Amino acid sequence: MTTDTTTVTGTTVLDARGVTMRFGGLTAVRNVDLQVNSGEIVGLIGPNGAGKTTFFNCLTGLYIPTEGEVRYKGTVLPPKSFKVTAAGIARTFQNIRLFANMTVLENVLVGRHTRTKEGLWSALLRGPGFHKAEAASRERAMELLDFVGLANKAEHLARNLPYGEQRKLEIARALASEPGLLLLDEPTAGMNPQETRATEELVFAIRDKGIAVLVIEHDMRFIFNLCDRVAVLVQGEKLIEGDSATVQGDERVIAAYLGEPFEGTPGDEEAAEVEAAEASAPSDATPGKENDR
Amino acid sequence: MTTQTTKTPSAPASKDGATKGLIGLPENIGRALATIGGALAVVSTFLAWTWTSAFPGDLTVYGYPGGLQVLVLIGGALTTLFGLASYGVKGLRWLTPAGADGAIKLAATGTFATTWYTVIAISDELGGVVNLEPGGFIAAAVTLAAFLGAFSLPFERPEEEHIDEDETVGERIGRIWRHIVALLKSAVFTPSPVPARKLPAFAEILVIVAAMAVGLTVFTYGIGTEYDELFVGFLITVGFLFAALSKAGLVARVSAITGRHSTITMFGAFIAAALFPFTQSDDQYATIGVYILIFATVALGLNIVVGLAGLLDLGYVAFLGVGAYTAAMVSGSPSSPFDLHLPFWLSALLGAAVAMVFGVLIGAPTLRLRGDYLAIVTLGFGEIFRITVLNMDGTSGPDITNGSNGISSIPNLDILGFDFGLEHTILGFTIGRFANYFLLMLLITLIVVVVFKRSSDSRIGRAWIAIREDETAALAMGINGFRVKLIAFALGASLAGLAGAVQAHVTYTVTPEQYQFAHVVPPNSAFLLAAVVLGGMGTIAGPLVGAALLYLIPAKLQFLGDYQLFAFGVALVLLMRFRPEGLIPNRRRQLEFHEEAEAPAVLSKTGA
Repeated sequence: MTTDTTTVTGTTVLDARGVTMRFGGLTAVRNVDLQVNSGEIVGLIGPNGAGKTTFFNCLTGLYIPTEGEVRYKGTVLPPKSFKVTAAGIARTFQNIRLFANMTVLENVLVGRHTRTKEGLWSALLRGPGFHKAEAASRERAMELLDFVGLANKAEHLARNLPYGEQRKLEIARALASEPGLLLLDEPTAGMNPQETRATEELVFAIRDKGIAVLVIEHDMRFIFNLCDRVAVLVQGEKLIEGDSATVQGDERVIAAYLGEPFEGTPGDEEAAEVEAAEASAPSDATPGKENDR
Repeated sequence: MTTQTTKTPSAPASKDGATKGLIGLPENIGRALATIGGALAVVSTFLAWTWTSAFPGDLTVYGYPGGLQVLVLIGGALTTLFGLASYGVKGLRWLTPAGADGAIKLAATGTFATTWYTVIAISDELGGVVNLEPGGFIAAAVTLAAFLGAFSLPFERPEEEHIDEDETVGERIGRIWRHIVALLKSAVFTPSPVPARKLPAFAEILVIVAAMAVGLTVFTYGIGTEYDELFVGFLITVGFLFAALSKAGLVARVSAITGRHSTITMFGAFIAAALFPFTQSDDQYATIGVYILIFATVALGLNIVVGLAGLLDLGYVAFLGVGAYTAAMVSGSPSSPFDLHLPFWLSALLGAAVAMVFGVLIGAPTLRLRGDYLAIVTLGFGEIFRITVLNMDGTSGPDITNGSNGISSIPNLDILGFDFGLEHTILGFTIGRFANYFLLMLLITLIVVVVFKRSSDSRIGRAWIAIREDETAALAMGINGFRVKLIAFALGASLAGLAGAVQAHVTYTVTPEQYQFAHVVPPNSAFLLAAVVLGGMGTIAGPLVGAALLYLIPAKLQFLGDYQLFAFGVALVLLMRFRPEGLIPNRRRQLEFHEEAEAPAVLSKTGA
């Protein structure tokens, strides 16, 4: 689809400025800026331990940034995760966190919590308003299940769904809060190529609904297919930000993933020397070269 | 022998002897033995079992079963019916939608156990087997035959565990134990029944009425048991027969029907319960009834906090106490410091409101804690309430609660000229003081049931369950966890306060000792929690059944004496080992604990 519509310059939805997160002496995220505009899919990549999830948690109110601020549509985010959701940022989790013993439909209905107002009294008295709101919620939830393709499993327990569908349900549940920005934390982790492909289509469809998407992922092909912009986080700092081609071609990114080349790249003769030494050594003394056999 | 083999789950009978019964009799003989044994057991109950009426229940009469014999009669009859159904007798198929063999085994075991318990109790109490009449011997023999016959019915044996070469003695015992458990489990295993076709609505309602009538009869019988032996026999019979009926698939059938007509079922159950005082000739058992209802109602309120929102509250009885003390102080009692006599509806509302205020006061600081910490803090607050009340006696504190003497001589209620302390005659039935309170308490129970049902099936109820399932994810879904938990806590507290307002009038006196954490007499925090867990968390029927059992068992089994709490502990451990989801499981929790069982993939109705 439209992978290189890099400049759909909508309004800025998310504006993180100078976000720094320290845990005691450890600085997990240092001075990161990130903007997400409406109608955009932005990817956040980085090696393990780069601080991606910490940064995510700063965006969703789970952590309060030590320095810097995060604005959603111009207002500073409140420091509680349920208030962040109410403001319009919804998220999924890296390790699926569904309400396992609730049905698929109920999971999505829980996602509607911030967009409905019926309190305890309304539930106890069951006036016409209650029934109307319940019916509307159910209808909306079924629409969302239809959207992710789980409508026929509405009454199943969430725990009984296969893995890929649990991921989809998590997305549907997040969408139920009618967010302006959706944060996906490794949405394709553990998926096979077909499922990854389907998730890609789903994310495009979400973008087409006018919801901005920020996605953390390890699957590079997925990210570069999907995202209008990609930001690379290394050791808590933003290394580079740009479109797929820019990021893919950047040496520092390759270095961050594959390791720094030596100071003054190793000459050919040095490499040959090493190879010769390894070849002459007995085979059991060459750990880490299991590809030889 | 031609038709029944197709019905048994173990049709391929020649898998190198893997489907033999536990007892080595041939299958056809075993089946005949069980069926005929059951029938003969019925006959034997019409004989005299002992010569003297010294054994309670008068088992000396020919032609008229009495006491424990009635239980054996029912068990024997059910065994025979299941046996006949397994032969494919027309008109009995509906009894065993899930197959008959497991049901036969359990029914025969129940009959056998009750009979032998009776026979042994007679011999023991009267001093030897000479006290048995021929009828007693016949009953013992035929029920044993039926038991042996039932357990020679074939079944699919579980696979033997792999034996480790160098296992320790402990591991060996564990392995053998697991094998025995698996063997017994598979001996009574039946597949889940095929879904029934829908009956016409009137027939389904008739089924519900019949189920309610059976329930009322069993409950009334249980409350009315006059001596220890009969109550033990009652527990044995009811336990095994209920298991047999559920193995036969009947319980699943009926609960499917009641699930479809939940409102009718609820009101049917309350009408059945309201009929209870009318089945009693004096006020003796209505007393037990009203105490059970108070206990059960408070347990149901606790179920909102524990079962739905997942907040372990170990000091819940304090809210009952707050409600009771509040109502007592405004009841016009002479020992109350306030010279107030409010009408009942006002004092009940006040009790609920004050309890709710206390709930919020205690909840606000503690609900920020999770799990074990919350449990410990609520335990502490529960004790603080009791000790505070104890100390507000005028010497070590302000004179408000009258210390350990409590508030006494609480007057009887008088609603619209209906004096609860007097006997009334309604439609020719005499309704005594406790029966009056029973009916009032039933109304409170109904309120609590409706509150539970409505709140659990709503936005707020879903938020509670979501928090119980995964608090972090629930917060990320926009649920204000603290607020929602506080609502659960306050709602639970006010329901307990409401029950407390009635309790104060029923017991005449409220003292701090009634509201301890653990005590021999329910309700107390430990027993309330036990009733919820035993009955089934998150269900309506669960705490009601759990509370009834937990009240009746200590009240009826006086001979246990000092070992009551010990027996209670053992029973809880066994229950948690074999049925962790409680007696009446929430469908969700059943799936949670028995994942390997063939789970119905679709959960059609939320909650219970």
